[in-house]
Amino acid sequence: MTNNYTNRPIDQIIAEFKDVKGGLLPALHAIDDEYRAIPQEALVKLSQVLNIPVAQVYGVATFYAKFAVGQRGRNIIRFCESAPCHIAGAAKLIADMEDQLGIKVGETTLDGKFTLEFCQCVGMCQSAPVFTINQQPYYNVLTDEIPEILARF
Amino acid sequence: MAYAKEQRLVLNNYDKINPTSIDEYVIRGGFRALRKALSMSSAEIIQELKISGLRGRGGAGFPTWLKWSFTAPIEVDQKYIICNADEGEPGTYKDRLIMDKDPYLLIEAMTIAGFTLGATKGYIYVRGEYPHSQKILNTAIANAKMAGMMGNNIFGSGFDFNLQVFSGAFAFVCGEETAIIESIEGKRGEPRIRPPYPGVVGLWGKPTVINNVETLANIPAIINNGGRWFANIGAIKYPGTKIMTLSGDVANKTFVEVPTDTTLYDIIYTFGGGVVGGNFQAVQVGGNSGGLLPASLLETAIDFDSMQAIGGSLGTGAVFVINDRHDLLDVVKNVAHFFTEESCGKCTPCREGCQRLYDFMNKVCEGEATAKDLQIAAGLARVMNKTALCGLGQAAPTPVQTAIKFFGKKFEERINAK
Ligand SMILES: Cc1cc2nc3c(=O)[nH]c(=O)nc-3n(C[C@H](O)[C@H](O)[C@H](O)COP(=O)(O)O)c2cc1C
Ligand code: SF4
Ligand code: FES
Repeated sequence: MTNNYTNRPIDQIIAEFKDVKGGLLPALHAIDDEYRAIPQEALVKLSQVLNIPVAQVYGVATFYAKFAVGQRGRNIIRFCESAPCHIAGAAKLIADMEDQLGIKVGETTLDGKFTLEFCQCVGMCQSAPVFTINQQPYYNVLTDEIPEILARF
Repeated sequence: MAYAKEQRLVLNNYDKINPTSIDEYVIRGGFRALRKALSMSSAEIIQELKISGLRGRGGAGFPTWLKWSFTAPIEVDQKYIICNADEGEPGTYKDRLIMDKDPYLLIEAMTIAGFTLGATKGYIYVRGEYPHSQKILNTAIANAKMAGMMGNNIFGSGFDFNLQVFSGAFAFVCGEETAIIESIEGKRGEPRIRPPYPGVVGLWGKPTVINNVETLANIPAIINNGGRWFANIGAIKYPGTKIMTLSGDVANKTFVEVPTDTTLYDIIYTFGGGVVGGNFQAVQVGGNSGGLLPASLLETAIDFDSMQAIGGSLGTGAVFVINDRHDLLDVVKNVAHFFTEESCGKCTPCREGCQRLYDFMNKVCEGEATAKDLQIAAGLARVMNKTALCGLGQAAPTPVQTAIKFFGKKFEERINAK
């Protein structure tokens, strides 16, 4: 949730889950917290330390929308595309955000600072349309406020 | 009822206490129910729940006492209680309100559940989208441990209970009870084939009861005041209150906790302040899996059975209002898209069916659908209702089906417009 990740070595993170029953998901969360994604090499290491086939590790890592195998930007912006946000004008705000960042949803800015994604309802529908940056919700945002918000990162 | 009124049982402490202060919770009567429950037998507690008539608030409306009565008598080395806090239905934020504003209520309820079921370990499966709620719960659990209200020998009763927060990772299907179990076990969140039911073979093969946050949050008050008191509130067959969360084109996008015999009309107009930006067109109750309902059905009570009787569903209690300035078919298309994203892919009717329904809605919206397409879609929807493995695929066609049923004219217009 914070922006000041330390990029602790993957081995060190995974070691904490060595003997934890059902430790795979918590381990993926821990890696994602540090790296904003699940680096390729983490899959093999998870498999070795947790004693789970690589195929299962990969299967789980790709099942959950929170995780992305590979790389993402340092900050993840997610736009809610569920119906209450949709009718509240999410499409316009998404287009404005795409313009500001110069990328489309699903892409990462060249400097690696931001990745833009869709997500489903984050339970803030009373203030639709909603987007999150590193899981922190932003709502009732006007187009002119976007630059100021982005400048904080 | 002369006029509709809020009644806060579950949200009794909302904004009245500092959520993580155990002292403030205790001052307002907290942990009284747990003490009382620990002096009762498991059978007595289940009997009280039976009298109360409490039924699930997570969507299926199953009687809580009945679910518990299957698992409680099983003698085995380990049983589990899981609180379902996956809350993924768009438009829903009721469980978040409980966790953020009154975490000890949930902790107390789960401890009572653990004691009744003979489960010494509990999990709260909180959706990954709620890091803030997870933090509050973790703080509350740590405080409860320090205060001796969790851990070994609670209140000197000899009962041990430990709770752990488990984070989901953005998968709507993980709110399905067997998918949660798979997820906690470290697997893809794909629902299991039943039987066996989780109450008998659940987490790591052990008997496991899964209840929704709001269901559990009702239990301390039932223990304190008795089942009969609860049974007298709201609708006869689905008693108590329900938290409803309003979204879409209403003046007050807010939440209300009301007796279950309150009407949809009162939710939208008395509490929601009416429709804004245009006139009423439709309301979708219960999240994306719920039906789209027309104005003529608003005088229906929100309770589980009344909603089912009109072809809708109470679901999670989400009330999503759509005014007539919006293209309803575009909204249905959006909802159909949601299910293509969230289908886990395990069974064919849902994996393929969700995609086909979305394709159909795309065609409709672009004015390219024919009468034959409509017929095929309706047939496909029925197949999904009947053959999908879990509730996701069974309910996914509901918005399309209710749109055809109640707003069929809109389809005809698009089809004829071709
Ligand atoms: C796809 C799908 C998603 C579900 N999501 C939730 C959820 O987020 N929260 C919940 O309590 N129940 C959810 N349910 C219902 C649960 O399977 C289960 O019925 C419920 O947790 C039981 O608790 P209750 O009896 O207290 O309502 C979902 C069901 C399906 C099929
Ligand atoms: S109905 Fe859909 S979500 Fe449920 S098991 Fe089948 S594919 Fe998965
Ligand atoms: S619909 Fe977007 S936050 Fe709920």
